[in-house]
Amino acid sequence: MDFNSILTLLRPELSLLAIIIILLIYDLFAGVAAKKYFQPLAWVLMAAHTAWSFCLTPEGTLFGGMFATTQAASLVKAILSLATLIVFLQAGGALSKAESSFKTGEFYVLTLSTLFGMNIMISSGHFLMFYLGLETASIPLACLVAFDKYKQNSAEAAAKYILNAALSSGILVYGLSFIYGTCGTLYFANVPSMLDMTVLQVAGLVMFLAGMGFKISLVPFHMWTPDVYQGAPTSVTAYLSVVSKGAAAFALMTVLFKVFAPMAMVWQDLMYGIIILTITLANLFAIRQKDIKRFFAYSSISQAGYVVLGIMAGTAEGMTAMIYYILVYILSNLAAFGVISTVENHTGRVNIDQYNGLYSTNPRMAFVMMLALFSLGGIPPFAGFFSKFFIFTSAAASGYYVLVFIALVNTIISLYYYLLVVKAMFINKTDAPAPHFRSEKALVFSLAICVAGIILAGIASCLYGGIGEFTFGM
Amino acid sequence: MNFLSLFVLLPLLTLAGLWLSKNLKQVHAVAVTGASALLVLTVYLTVDFLLQRAAGNTAEMLYTASVMWFEPLNIHYAVGVDGISVSMLLLTSIILFTGVFASWTIVDQAKEYYMWFLLLTLGVYGFFISIDLFTMFMFYEVALIPMYLLIGLWGSGGKEYAAMKLTLMLMGGSAFLMIGIIGIYLNSAPEGGELTMNLLEISKVLIPVDVQRWLFPLVFIGFGVLGAMFPFHTWSPDGHASAPTAVSMLHAGVLMKLGGYGCFRVAIYLMPEAANELAWIFLTLTGISVVYGAFGAILQKDLKYINAYSSVSHCGLVLFAILMLNQTAMTGAIMQMLSHGLMTALFFALIGMIYGRTHTRNIDEMSGLMKVMPFLAVCYVIAGLASLGLPGLSGFVAEMTVFVGSWEHTDMFHRVFTVVACCSIVITAVYILRVVGKILYGEVENKHHLELSDAVWHERIPVVILIIVIAAIGMYPLLVSDMISDSLVSVIGQLAR
Repeated sequence: MDFNSILTLLRPELSLLAIIIILLIYDLFAGVAAKKYFQPLAWVLMAAHTAWSFCLTPEGTLFGGMFATTQAASLVKAILSLATLIVFLQAGGALSKAESSFKTGEFYVLTLSTLFGMNIMISSGHFLMFYLGLETASIPLACLVAFDKYKQNSAEAAAKYILNAALSSGILVYGLSFIYGTCGTLYFANVPSMLDMTVLQVAGLVMFLAGMGFKISLVPFHMWTPDVYQGAPTSVTAYLSVVSKGAAAFALMTVLFKVFAPMAMVWQDLMYGIIILTITLANLFAIRQKDIKRFFAYSSISQAGYVVLGIMAGTAEGMTAMIYYILVYILSNLAAFGVISTVENHTGRVNIDQYNGLYSTNPRMAFVMMLALFSLGGIPPFAGFFSKFFIFTSAAASGYYVLVFIALVNTIISLYYYLLVVKAMFINKTDAPAPHFRSEKALVFSLAICVAGIILAGIASCLYGGIGEFTFGM
Repeated sequence: MNFLSLFVLLPLLTLAGLWLSKNLKQVHAVAVTGASALLVLTVYLTVDFLLQRAAGNTAEMLYTASVMWFEPLNIHYAVGVDGISVSMLLLTSIILFTGVFASWTIVDQAKEYYMWFLLLTLGVYGFFISIDLFTMFMFYEVALIPMYLLIGLWGSGGKEYAAMKLTLMLMGGSAFLMIGIIGIYLNSAPEGGELTMNLLEISKVLIPVDVQRWLFPLVFIGFGVLGAMFPFHTWSPDGHASAPTAVSMLHAGVLMKLGGYGCFRVAIYLMPEAANELAWIFLTLTGISVVYGAFGAILQKDLKYINAYSSVSHCGLVLFAILMLNQTAMTGAIMQMLSHGLMTALFFALIGMIYGRTHTRNIDEMSGLMKVMPFLAVCYVIAGLASLGLPGLSGFVAEMTVFVGSWEHTDMFHRVFTVVACCSIVITAVYILRVVGKILYGEVENKHHLELSDAVWHERIPVVILIIVIAAIGMYPLLVSDMISDSLVSVIGQLAR
């Protein structure tokens, strides 16, 4: 291990650390006049970091195998930083309000810290490293959820989040201790050869899955999601629903593929049940929601079910489809959350009923929201259609036709509730539609990125092909 | 660039043009230009196709082109047409052109209306030119979703309920279809080799028969939902009754044909063994459609509902004929698609115009309209006669061919169903003549109706065009039937393999 390989392999993490330090120092020492350049500075740095992340790092291990990165992992890191950049661009409006403008710095630094933790988690080569990354990601997130600490909703959500996160981490570590006890090692490279399907190991796997289930919010570990999503500030909800979920789903996939491959029979059966439960229950609950953030909480739970469908296949195609699905889901969901946050900022409206007639006053926002919803519902020619098709194909290729069929029936249910929002914006008549407003330039720019992504990510096939070059199966 | 891709490109250009247009006049100008360009293009395609066939080009599909799209999955953007697709394209262009004029009176958000309308036709064109299952399915879904907003925003009556019901039922059908298509794809290379989505390549492969047995019903039901097959037809009456005029025209006239075309092109062409084995199940269902739709129409009092149920009956006949699995009946099926598409579009256009004047569609509230609006009334009678199969108009040719074809089967099962389906013609006569007698003849009972005016220019154009085409097919059916039955040879070959 030489210094050079640390620089190459750890590059995304190091550059994130550099950004965190620069922002911290700037926030501490900048005067009032310089403060207004804080957000643009953060955006520029993050954009540079994102662009640089897309030059992927090579495969390799560091620190005696504690840290192991692959090209697929580095691609996912790049996608997650793109998502974070979009969240940052959308957060500007809410952060410029008087009650939160003084903690702008905290928002950026905390968010970047969680991203740093996720990066570590994604490319860990050892369960302890994995756990460290997970915790680094979780704890700042609790602070972020409590960002509007004087609002009861936000504080309550934070309490729920930290308690649930602690519980799930506890379960996860307890499961890991079983693995350690029976295998005598926690290195990803060594565990597989020691697995012999004893009861303790199966229990360890189940606990690991339960712990990760909390992070990805899979049913039956999803109870915290709606409350936290509703209570947290909208940009934090957006971040939770895409970045946190995407990172955890990818990490789960790498661990299941790399470490628990010999126990595939066990976890495939478990995941089968979990996926059906997740997709179906979340969809049924989403229909009944009135609050748009709660609505998207359930929508994102069901989307998580589709994401982990890619794990079932256990093939390189499944992995490609999953990474692609995460990318498309990030773009679509962030487009929706961009609209939600700007509507909330300018009009204070958060109920689906209050979106009635949005098209008549703010046609562009309603249009973006519609594209996002269509993409989430899997309507062509938007990217969501392609990502769903590929993930279904990969699962069916491994023989899970019934599972795919159940998932397909569920897309119809999801289409129903997505259309309810479209109906509210376009068709429902109201005497008091949301007044016309002008959004911040940064937010409009972020929406433009999302819309371009939604339209092009599917039609431009090179994206899917490109992802396919870096993936691996069991 | 491939010549056929123009059918996707021109609607896209028109969409862009509509997006840029500033007022109603420009919107109309762009829409008419786009629709005329597509009509001209289709006519050119038809003529060129016939010339190439006459010159001895016997390839199964003409103008084929294939561009790699998603390499890891071997998905192509692949296009090509045979006689059947050409006739369907012709139908689409005619309905689009007439539909643009039939929407002339829509002024509320006209720009958005035409944009969704064009997106819908984009999907339809794409579907008919595709020979790759993935592209085909994608265009299929593109054609479905604009319906939701078109009905929900510009419709009438219980439009929100109807729009949601229609969208969810059709999307439900496409869920069946998607798993069917994925299944076909994954079994497209049973002896090893690369999986493919290309229709022509899959047709050369024998998909294992036990796999066909469960894929065939999935695909057939998937397309059958759009073809209004019993018991999946319930979206159709509500949807058609609530949709604005031109959308009903396009939907009943063209979109429902996607169902029949898909059943034929994907289900039967790719899985002939299962088709031979399982045809009787679906024949029973479609037989019920034919009779049930006709009886349903008798019971209705709303003009649009009557026509929607009559569409269920006529589209049922399309699927019924396809399932007879012989060349004559299948030729009849495609002719019936054309004929029904044209006359149902004519019906919906006329109903829209009558409703625009009387503000009612209830047949009890209208009478003696022949005296008030002779042009519309005469055209309505012509449409009715075409629908009940008067010789000299397209309906007769199509239904005659269908029943001659289905009579070729000599066993009891087919004979009984043929006779039952034939009876539907008599029932059709009942509801058509009842409506004609009730609303067109007799005295004008509602005095307000005396002040109504007859059709104006932008209403006459679509009506006249549709009647000319209906009569042309009725007088000289060989023009299209030869083109169709030549293209059926490959399917018949598949069925006999």
